Amino acid sequence: MNFDPLNPRFPLGDFVHEVIRWLQSALSGLIGGVRWLLDLLYGSLEYTLATPIFLIMIAIFAAVAWLASGWKLAVVTAIGFYLIRALDLWLPAMQTMALVLVACVMAILLAIPVGILAAKVRAVSLVVKPVLDFMQSMPALAYLVPVISVFSIGQVPGIIATIIFAMPPGVRLTELAIRQVDHEVVEAGQAFGATAWSILRKIQLPLAMPTIMAGINQVIMLALSMVVLAGMVGAQGLGGEIVGALSRVNVPLGVEAGLAVVIVAVYLDRVTAALGHRSPLARALKAST
Amino acid sequence: MSHIEASHVYKVFGKREQEVVKRLEAGADRKDLTQLGTAAVIDASFSVEPGEIFVVMGLSGSGKSTLIRTINGLWKPTTGSIKIMGSDIAKMDARTLRATRRDKISMVFQHFALLPHRTVRENAAYGLEMQKVPKAERMERADTWLDTVGLGGWGDKYPHQLSGGMRQRVGLARALAAETDILLMDEAFSALDPLIRREMQEQLIELQETLSKTIVFITHDLNEAMFLGDRIAVMRDGRIVQIGTSEEILTEPANDYVAQFVQDVDRTRVLTAGSVMERPNAVVQSNVGPRVALHTMQEQKVAALLVTDRHRKLLGLVRDRQVVRAAREGQKSITPLIETKDVLRVNENDPLSSLFAPASSSIVPLAVTDDKERLIGVIPRVALLQTMASIGPDTGEIPVIDDSGELHAGEKVNGDHGAGQAQASPQDLAAEAVPQEDLGADESLTGPAPGLEDDAASDATATERKEDGL
Repeated sequence: MNFDPLNPRFPLGDFVHEVIRWLQSALSGLIGGVRWLLDLLYGSLEYTLATPIFLIMIAIFAAVAWLASGWKLAVVTAIGFYLIRALDLWLPAMQTMALVLVACVMAILLAIPVGILAAKVRAVSLVVKPVLDFMQSMPALAYLVPVISVFSIGQVPGIIATIIFAMPPGVRLTELAIRQVDHEVVEAGQAFGATAWSILRKIQLPLAMPTIMAGINQVIMLALSMVVLAGMVGAQGLGGEIVGALSRVNVPLGVEAGLAVVIVAVYLDRVTAALGHRSPLARALKAST
Repeated sequence: MSHIEASHVYKVFGKREQEVVKRLEAGADRKDLTQLGTAAVIDASFSVEPGEIFVVMGLSGSGKSTLIRTINGLWKPTTGSIKIMGSDIAKMDARTLRATRRDKISMVFQHFALLPHRTVRENAAYGLEMQKVPKAERMERADTWLDTVGLGGWGDKYPHQLSGGMRQRVGLARALAAETDILLMDEAFSALDPLIRREMQEQLIELQETLSKTIVFITHDLNEAMFLGDRIAVMRDGRIVQIGTSEEILTEPANDYVAQFVQDVDRTRVLTAGSVMERPNAVVQSNVGPRVALHTMQEQKVAALLVTDRHRKLLGLVRDRQVVRAAREGQKSITPLIETKDVLRVNENDPLSSLFAPASSSIVPLAVTDDKERLIGVIPRVALLQTMASIGPDTGEIPVIDDSGELHAGEKVNGDHGAGQAQASPQDLAAEAVPQEDLGADESLTGPAPGLEDDAASDATATERKEDGL
C-alpha cells in the first residue's frame, strides 16, 4: 500500500470492518449464542408483561412501587400506566420495559464484577477506564452500525447497543463505591482473619451498596434514553413508535409515545432509587438515635 | 516465651525497598532517601512479654501505626522478623496468617472500624464469626463481653446510635470477645474526648487486672503512655529511640528528644508515694511508756506520734493530750492509747495522683507502708505540695497548673483503688492547701516543715537517742 504523507489517507473503517467480519466468522457460535439468549430473555419477559389484562399489570406495578417506596408512588404509578393504556401504547410500553429490563440486568451483571475487579486490581482499572470513556463518548448511532452488521436488525442489536451505552456508570460507580469503603473497616476484617471473599461479601459490598444502587439507577436511566435508537434498528416498543412518528411527522403519536417513555422512566427511576434506600446500611442508618 | 518478638524490622514503602534498607543500614538518613522510598519503620527490635502492656509512643509520622500493622501482618516487613509466639508472621502463608489473626491477635482501631450496617451485638461477635463459632453461641458470648465493657443492653442498637466512647467500647468488646492472647490497640482512645479517654484508660487497666492480655498500645499522648504502659517504646522518625518503664523514660531520657518530650508529662501519675515520702521521725514503738512518748513529742515538737510494733508494723497513732494524761496517771504503756481511725495508709507504689484526696482529708501525714504493712515513711501534705511545686526547673510553672487540673482525675484513680474515702474537688484541695493551721497539723508528726527545719540531723539523732534509751 502506498502512503502519501501530503495527502494522508488511512482506511481505518475498512480495517475495522475486516476485523468485524473476521470476528463474525470466527465467533459465529458465540454470536449465535448471545442472540439466542437475549431473544429468549426478551421474548419471555415481553410475553409475561404484555399477555395479562392491563389492569392486572397495573396492579402489579403499583404493588411493587408500594413495597419499594410507599403508597404515593403506587398511586402515581397506577395513574401513569393507566394513561399509557389510554394512549393506546400499552404493548409498545411493555416491549420497551422488557427491552430495558433485559439490557439493564445484563449490563449490571457485567458492570458489578468488572467494577469490583477494577477496584481491587490496579491494572484492570487502568485498562477499563479508557474503554469506558470510549464507550460513553462514541456516538451511539455510530456503533449501532457494526452491531447491526453482526447481529442484524431487531430486538437483539437494540439490547446490545443499550447494554454498551448503559454499562459505564455501573462499572464506574461500583469501582468508586468499593474504593471509598472506609479503609480501617476493611483492615478490621483482615485483622480478625477474614478471607478476601468474606471481606467483600460482609464488609465491602454492604457498605458500597448505596453507591452501587445509584450506579444501577444511572444504568436504567441511560438504557431508557437509548430506546429511540433501539427503535431505529428495528426493536419494537415506544422507540419504534417515535421513529415512526418522526418519519411520518406524526405529531400526536410523537408526543404520546414520548410521554409514555417519561412515565416508564419515572417509574423505574423511583423504584430503583427506593430500593437503594432499603440496603442494610441505609436501614441501619435510619434507625432512630 | 515472649508473645511478640520483633528483631531488626524495617518497613519501607516505595519502589526500591531493599536498596533503602541497605543504605539505612550503612548509616544513611531517611530524609536523603525519599527518592527511593519512604522508610516508615527503621531497625525496630523489641519483645513483649505475656501479660504486659507495651506502649509505643511517638508523634504522627513516627512510624508507630506502621509498626503495629507489621505485628499482625497487615504490612509485611521489608526485612527483619516478627515472631508471634515463636512463629514468624512474615513467613506465613495466607492461610496460616489468617488463622493467626483469627485466634491469636485481635485489634482495636483508632476510628473504631465498626460495621455500620450491623448491630452492636453483631459487631462484637465479628471475631467469633470469623472463628466459625455457631451463631447462637457467638451472640451470647458477644453479649457477655458487651456487659463487661459496660454496654449491657445496647446490643440491638446500631453503631451510629452510640457516642464515640461507647463505639470504642464496642470495638474493645469485639477484640476481647475473640479471646486472643494478644491485643493490638492502634491509638484506640485518641479519637475520644479527654474525660471519656481517661475513663477508657482506667477501664482498660481494670480489665487487664483480670484478663492479663499481652497488649501493644499505640499512642501519641505521653500521659496515656505513662499511665498505661508497663514499658514504653518512644519512636521518632521511624526509629525506636528508647524502651523503658515510664519512670526510666522520665528520669533517664535516652536523648534530648525524649527529654523534651517528657518535659510536660503529668508526673503525678508516674511518681509514686515511695519517691516523695520522708523519713518518719515522730515514731515510737508500742511497748514504750507514756513518758518516753512525751519526750519524743517534745524533741520533735509534734502533737502526735505514729506507733509501730517491734517489726515496724504500723499500728496507729497517739495524741499528746492522751499521753500527758496517761503519764500523770502513771500508766506503764501507751498501747491502750493507740488510735487507728485517723491514720491513712498508702502503699509505696501508689502513684502520686492517688494521694491528693487522702492528703486533703487527713489532719496527719499519710503513712507510707510497704507490702508487709511496715512503716517506711510519711508524706506530710506540705511535702506533697512542695514536690508538685519543685518538679524540676525545666518544667517551669505550667506543670503546676496542669497538676492542679489533674487533681480531679487523680481522685478518680484513687476512688477506683478504694484507698481514699473523701472525694474533694480541686477547688477544695487548692483552698485547703495553703492555710497556716493546716501546716501546723502537718508538722505535728514530722517536725518542722522541710526548709524551715534548721537542724534535721540533730532531730534524727534525738530520735535515735530516745530509741536507744528504751
